[in-house]
Amino acid sequence: MRIRVHVTPRVGVLDPQGKAVAGGLRSLGFDEVGEVRVGRVIDVTVAGLSEEQALARGRQMASQLLANEVVEDFDVHVTAN
Amino acid sequence: MRFGVVTFPGSNCDRDAYYVIDHTTDADVQFLWHKDTDLSGVDAVVLPGGFSYGDSLRCGAIARFSPIMEEVVRFANAGGPVIGICNGFQVLTESGLLPGAMLRNQGLTFICEDAHLNVANGHLPWTALCPETIVAPIAHHDGCYFADAETLARLEGEGRVAFRYCDRDGEVTEAANPNGSLNNIAGITNARGNVLGMMPHPERNAEAELGDGSGAWVFRSIVRAFVQGEVGR
Repeated sequence: MRIRVHVTPRVGVLDPQGKAVAGGLRSLGFDEVGEVRVGRVIDVTVAGLSEEQALARGRQMASQLLANEVVEDFDVHVTAN
Repeated sequence: MRFGVVTFPGSNCDRDAYYVIDHTTDADVQFLWHKDTDLSGVDAVVLPGGFSYGDSLRCGAIARFSPIMEEVVRFANAGGPVIGICNGFQVLTESGLLPGAMLRNQGLTFICEDAHLNVANGHLPWTALCPETIVAPIAHHDGCYFADAETLARLEGEGRVAFRYCDRDGEVTEAANPNGSLNNIAGITNARGNVLGMMPHPERNAEAELGDGSGAWVFRSIVRAFVQGEVGR
């Protein structure tokens, strides 16, 4: 089983990387681009857990280490493989 | 008085800090290893600059799990003087000893240059001997200080902002802010004032060979505060 954690800059926190990427996309002609936020994805494989347990453990991992909740939000998903 | 300078894997300013304490203050100094489980009875702790654990995940995020950090947290909470410089400041925020977090520099570039610092509160144990402004080089990619509005108001209201980026004349201006830090913040303390985190490196300007030497006053300030019994466990 795999826990996938998405970590993104918290809403209201300046994301200079996102701003730079948005500028890059617009200069390539993607005029429709509004805001871009750059985060990261962390995959964690686990064994011996139900889906529900994996989700709960994944949220604990995210709030204790994988994300810094002062400046980041996270989102946890669980997949079978 | 004896300082302990912690060496994490990836620390690269530990020897500079050791040298400066040894040469510009009356205090003694020794190294502490990240795997140590006690502080060898030191009276103050330095968390030096560098790239602890390769900045993996986030700067300072892994160093806080070093065995020695449990003791550093205990020492700090008991009133022991602790300074975190650059990466050491990041370790202090990640370990919860200081509020807020460091974001990527607003201009996205690594910045290595002298910074003029306005001593925003000259009555702290770490600043009492500092002149109105000091000069300390910055060398960081993630030094944009951020805290939520409530935390920021508390820091300001309680006089816990120790240093702000300023221009050569000591004026705190937007143009003098190198990295986008809120309120030009370059350094803050905890509520008791015994824990200081700062992104600039006072140890890189502590002798005449490297500038005006004004960074030494940060270390001399805490030595005096300790000797006079104003700070310490």
